[in-house]
Amino acid sequence: MSTNKGIRIEGLKKRYGSGDTAVDALKGVTMQVDPGEVVGLVGPSGSGKSTLLKCLGAVIDPTAGRMVLGDEVIYDDGWKVRDLRALRRDRIGFVFQAPYLIPFLDVTDNVALLPMLAGMPNAEARARALELLTALDVQHRAKAMPSQLSGGEQQRVAIARGLVNHPPVILADEPTAPLDSQRAMAVIRILNDMAKKYQTAIIVVTHDEKIIPTFKRIYHIRDGVTHEEAGEGRGFD
Amino acid sequence: MISLAGRDILHAWGKFVFTGIGLGLLIGVTLTMAGVYRGMIDDAMVLLDNSGADLWVVQKDTQGPYAESSSLYDDTWRGIAAMPGVASAANVTYLTMQVRAVNRSQQRDVRAMVVGVSADGPGTAGWPPYLVAGRQITRSHYEAVADIASGFRLGDTLQIRRNRYTVVGLTRRMVSSNGDPMVFIPLKDAQQAQFLKDNEAILQQRRRTAENPAFNRPGVPGLLDAVIASQSSNNYVNAVLVRIKPGTTANEVAEPIRRWKRLTVFTRAQMEDILVNKLIATAAKQIGMFMVILAMVSAAIVAFIIYTLTMDKIREIAVLKLIGTRNRTIAAMIMQQALALGLIGFAVGKITATFAAPIFPKYVLLLPGDSLKGLAAVIVICALASLIAIRMALKVDPAEAIGG
Repeated sequence: MSTNKGIRIEGLKKRYGSGDTAVDALKGVTMQVDPGEVVGLVGPSGSGKSTLLKCLGAVIDPTAGRMVLGDEVIYDDGWKVRDLRALRRDRIGFVFQAPYLIPFLDVTDNVALLPMLAGMPNAEARARALELLTALDVQHRAKAMPSQLSGGEQQRVAIARGLVNHPPVILADEPTAPLDSQRAMAVIRILNDMAKKYQTAIIVVTHDEKIIPTFKRIYHIRDGVTHEEAGEGRGFD
Repeated sequence: MISLAGRDILHAWGKFVFTGIGLGLLIGVTLTMAGVYRGMIDDAMVLLDNSGADLWVVQKDTQGPYAESSSLYDDTWRGIAAMPGVASAANVTYLTMQVRAVNRSQQRDVRAMVVGVSADGPGTAGWPPYLVAGRQITRSHYEAVADIASGFRLGDTLQIRRNRYTVVGLTRRMVSSNGDPMVFIPLKDAQQAQFLKDNEAILQQRRRTAENPAFNRPGVPGLLDAVIASQSSNNYVNAVLVRIKPGTTANEVAEPIRRWKRLTVFTRAQMEDILVNKLIATAAKQIGMFMVILAMVSAAIVAFIIYTLTMDKIREIAVLKLIGTRNRTIAAMIMQQALALGLIGFAVGKITATFAAPIFPKYVLLLPGDSLKGLAAVIVICALASLIAIRMALKVDPAEAIGG
């Protein structure tokens, strides 16, 4: 496995407020996720999971630290990329707790929207979306509207949307929370398959006891600090 | 790139169409009101056109005969006709009143402007320039020509004060500046109608005159009869309509009449100014005020609907921003929806106004230019109304899409 790809975080800190009321949400997070790897990020409420995800997703500014995405340093005590919007669009995939599909776009266009926003011709973007939908086994619902899909199908479409621009990293925020055990395991299996197929580093934020045993590596976060430990990796090779 | 606004509209078409219909009815009312204003101006112009006059000679220091009352002796026209540059001069009277058709089983009561025309015959200033049915007035008394908008028909018997008139001709677009249809009758009848008192009043006046020793002198036989006769006749008209000779200008002819006859004379331009800027000025202001209020209500509706639609999509907007959608793409989506709503509303409004105009109780003149201005106003209002929703959408934090 190459160490110069995926995502590497060193000493990432985030402080909210200042002076006596300052709160250190992240106190020096260090973690690395390699291409093709799915790691779990677990911790209790208020431990800093969401803050870390927002920092990784370039939607809030860390206070200090360093982040390397692929070969490029994107943060080193300050953002090193000018266009954070383009960074999120082209190089970071998101999968949310709820699918949050755009209700007025059909399944194909929900997935194809990102490459279209990046300037890809519509036909090419749709072809790429269909390829992913096929890989995720929802191609038969390509023309359906989100409201016509089951919860599991919606989450698979959301995963396809996260993957469509072939980002080096995907941030999944409790992607199995609304699903039953069987569907939750199916989603984790899909994430593992996709990580391998597209050599994507996937960080799954969760406190879902059902899926924690499936990770080979787990980062525990508590009081703004991460601790790495080996997972059971049960069920996936 | 696909049209996000278009897809959203197609997805929630019912909301857009029904809101558009509601907005369209408001726009339709606004266009109709603009049409009413145009119609009032057109009525005023038609009144001047159809009078066939180049100059209006009226009582000194009045703005008659349409905006103020005006009385002239009915022989004034003779002196005017002899003035340099005058081709012809004709008396005319105007009296707005309720006119009834009494021959029908159900009596019609129509507000009309009764016009007394001189006995010089068709083609004279003041006469209806054309007919759509029947013939012109050929007798000195008790014949009438009515505007077709009055609803009167050929052969109808009209009651004007104590006398009855037979409708012998119908004309079109002969209306007062208020839009009341005109009924033309012979001048002498019109003078009598303006002056006519009821029998009781006549008896009272004769008794008072007879009891006045100044009028009933034993040594002056015939004086009382002469006084009573003068009291019961009307020798006044409201205006003299003047046509000028070719090669002269209205001002050239008007000035000597003002100087030598000591009367007020209006040219066409001055009469247009009186009708448009004075007679219908208050109505125009009222219409303008209503249009401003309607525009504000329309803007509020569009702003509220677009704001609500945007509020419903806050989470999707947060997701769109998180996955890298530009602010301008989101702003364009909201503005396009507002404009689409405005265009649906305008189409509905234009159709409504077009179909409502013929049945509106007042003449509604819908000009293409006004419609274009209305369309431009709708676009501007919708664009401005969408700014609140756009501002809110741009404030949405993409981090909202990430839980916690």
